[in-house]
Amino acid sequence: MNPHRRSPFILIATILVYFFLYAPIFVLVIYSFNSSRANVQFDGFISSYGDLQIVNGDVTQSPCGPFHWFCELSKNREVINAAKNTLTIAFTATIISTIVGTMAALALQRYDFKLKAFSQVSLYIPIVIPEIVMGIGILTLFSQLFSLLNNWLNLAGDARMTMGLFTVILSHIAFMIPFVTLVVQARLQGFDKSYEEAAMDLGANEWTTFQRVTFPMILPGVLSGALLAFTLSLDDFVITFFTNGPGSTTLPIYVYGLLRRIITPQVNALSTVWISIVFIAVLLLQWIQSREK
Amino acid sequence: MLRRLREDKSIQGTFLITPTLVFMVGLLIIPLILTTIVSFGHRSADGGVIYAFSFDNYLRLIGYSTQCDNGASVCFDPLYAQIMWRSFSLAFNTTVLVILLAYPLAYFIARAHPIRRNTFLFLVLIPLWTNFVIRVYAWMMLLRKEGVINIVFGWIAGMLHIPFTPLEMLYTPGAVLVGMVYEFLPFMILPIYTSLEKIDNSLYEAAADLGANPFRTFLRVTLPLSMPGVVAGTILVFIPVMGTFIVSDLLGGRQVILVGNLIQRQFLDARDPTFGSAASLILMVLTLIVTYFYTRKFGFGEEIVV
Repeated sequence: MNPHRRSPFILIATILVYFFLYAPIFVLVIYSFNSSRANVQFDGFISSYGDLQIVNGDVTQSPCGPFHWFCELSKNREVINAAKNTLTIAFTATIISTIVGTMAALALQRYDFKLKAFSQVSLYIPIVIPEIVMGIGILTLFSQLFSLLNNWLNLAGDARMTMGLFTVILSHIAFMIPFVTLVVQARLQGFDKSYEEAAMDLGANEWTTFQRVTFPMILPGVLSGALLAFTLSLDDFVITFFTNGPGSTTLPIYVYGLLRRIITPQVNALSTVWISIVFIAVLLLQWIQSREK
Repeated sequence: MLRRLREDKSIQGTFLITPTLVFMVGLLIIPLILTTIVSFGHRSADGGVIYAFSFDNYLRLIGYSTQCDNGASVCFDPLYAQIMWRSFSLAFNTTVLVILLAYPLAYFIARAHPIRRNTFLFLVLIPLWTNFVIRVYAWMMLLRKEGVINIVFGWIAGMLHIPFTPLEMLYTPGAVLVGMVYEFLPFMILPIYTSLEKIDNSLYEAAADLGANPFRTFLRVTLPLSMPGVVAGTILVFIPVMGTFIVSDLLGGRQVILVGNLIQRQFLDARDPTFGSAASLILMVLTLIVTYFYTRKFGFGEEIVV
């Protein structure tokens, strides 16, 4: 029996599912070149370059030609700020959660200590409860804490402590740690302690063993954990929604707020940019993985 | 002190776990305890919390009402129980549909030639990594009255000379279901693929040698061995669907209210954090019960990490 033989049913189902996955994305991208300002229907592409001309709500001519909405997007202060916030949060939270999560994985896999069972269970909780539960819990904590501190320190006006980048970053770290730990733990399970024991027998101390033996072995796990954490942070909506404050809006929050009011081709342009970045990132990742093999 | 740190394995372990415990206790355990305390209180006039010990919020959730139309002092109002049930059945339906769609695709990828396998996986990762909100927006563009689906239906009707009035698809329960299925499909494909890929080809050959037809091979070999993937995928789909409020908000409008919307509104619009806390605790307990029984029956492995 040919292992790669497939039934026509599987093939047809596969084609349909891929179509289901891609048709919406395709439509999003097409509409980012829409000439209609209201974006209600597709009025055709903006074809000519030149000074901005609008006829009956359709952009007929733009200095950026077909990329009119991308130019508008790049001038949009709110979008630029939201993008900055999103990246600041993702980078900071990824670095910290990767370090903390890797330490936890080492502790759980290679050491015995009090509270080990408790630690392992607490790391599973964020994965098995809905994000909104954690989100409102953190919101309650911070709002109670800030109102206590504001009263206690007699802070008023702008000096009052509120939610902001700091609270979002802390919350992101908290929900990312379990994922990093699980990925690194799985990697550590993959090889046994004897390598490390051999290094110790040969006279290496704990730190040298870690540097020279353990770390190189778990590095792929640490990197994929970090990557997972980074994408979780970029994509996060729920936790950010409940922990952000004035000035710490991220792209998903901004887009959501916009969509509740209006639909504009600018959102399509933003989506197209986002999808292109994802496309390049995944392509790069696959290329790196194929080179490793 | 340093010497002890170098030699005592237990102290080293404690040192390594401490930062994680600080985050887990500070931003998970304490918030959960606080939520529990708040859920027993009641709201003050300005939307704050008055700490108390009453079960009023929980009673309200199961239908006990003191604001009755017919003038009675106490009556049964099933509104919130209905919302709970709606969320649960939506999560159930979404999970079943997602399994039905994901399985053939995962099977196809796992059985594809190894050289092409990466390309097929790549095609699953793109929608997965495209932002959640953006993917909901895509369905707004498709389902609107002037949206792409109605345009396509219009063309077909025009070609067949049938009169066509655009369908109202956005802001219906169906729109929310389609949106949920679309959002969570990749989360099912990857774990099922992982468990299918591990199955040794010789098992299929052995089944065939022993006279099993492809259907029987699938039922007796493939399906049981891929169950860890299905279970992991179910956890990755069912739990978030229970708590999500963006999809129902943007695709269901005011028509489809789920537990997620209920909780969100208590905290931001209606401003009764105590009632919202009670609802979110009930939501957590429900999902924990489902997950517990489900994983106890089937168990799940490393597939949980996509």
